[in-house]
Amino acid sequence: MSFVFYLIAALTLAGGLAAVLLRNTVHCALALTVAFAGLALLFLGLDAQFAGFAQILIYIGAVAILVVFAILLTRSSETMQEGVFSKSWFAGLVIAAGVFAVLGWAVLESAHALPFETAAPRVTVRDIGNALVGRYVLPLEIVALLLTAATIGAVIVALHEKERAR
Amino acid sequence: MVVASPLAAHLLVAALLFAIGLAGALTRRNAILVLIGIELMLNAANLNFIAFWRYGPHPEALTGMMFAIFSIAVAAAEAAVGLGLVIQIYRHARTTDLDQMNRMKG
Repeated sequence: MSFVFYLIAALTLAGGLAAVLLRNTVHCALALTVAFAGLALLFLGLDAQFAGFAQILIYIGAVAILVVFAILLTRSSETMQEGVFSKSWFAGLVIAAGVFAVLGWAVLESAHALPFETAAPRVTVRDIGNALVGRYVLPLEIVALLLTAATIGAVIVALHEKERAR
Repeated sequence: MVVASPLAAHLLVAALLFAIGLAGALTRRNAILVLIGIELMLNAANLNFIAFWRYGPHPEALTGMMFAIFSIAVAAAEAAVGLGLVIQIYRHARTTDLDQMNRMKG
């Protein structure tokens, strides 16, 4: 593995750790953006250009902005007095460590059977578009319906109900 | 480095990111930070999909890539609805502290 991969992986993991550990919620959202950008770079390194740029557009462009809006609307940036971690933080940490131990063990045990460097796949955005409107047209339509329903649902859920107060 | 296979290296990074997200979702008090942890876990799964697509036997079939793209779309819908719910709960209970939301009755 190249030096660039380790650099990007370290950036991504540092961003993720900071997003989970920082006290100020706005800083957490910014660290989350760094983690998303690192993941987009990892996708680009894996020759998945379309997924990499979709990651930048959707996660950095939309999800991170949504998170910042939610933080500002709920005034979560003011740090809580009782601390930022929940009462059962130790159990959560143990569960996460256990999950990572199992996943890491499974990967390391099967590492010798995993494929080594292969030729870069010759896949263009044109191929992805053809597949989306060809073989995967039904999932595409379902996702379109889901996104419409989710947008309407999010607006209805977050809507301020003034009529009921009157 | 003990891990010579690039696929194994990517899988390890994804596993570590998943564990970080899980730890965040399980230990933080703030509901928005829990959602951030869930987003990190979803992204780790996407990294797995892309890595398996890249080093799998038939990358030109685009299976893993399509799964990752649809997963990104579903995650975006999840984030929108989840944050809308958090905002509504904040309006109702005036807090996003999950430890204080310990009853079903409003």
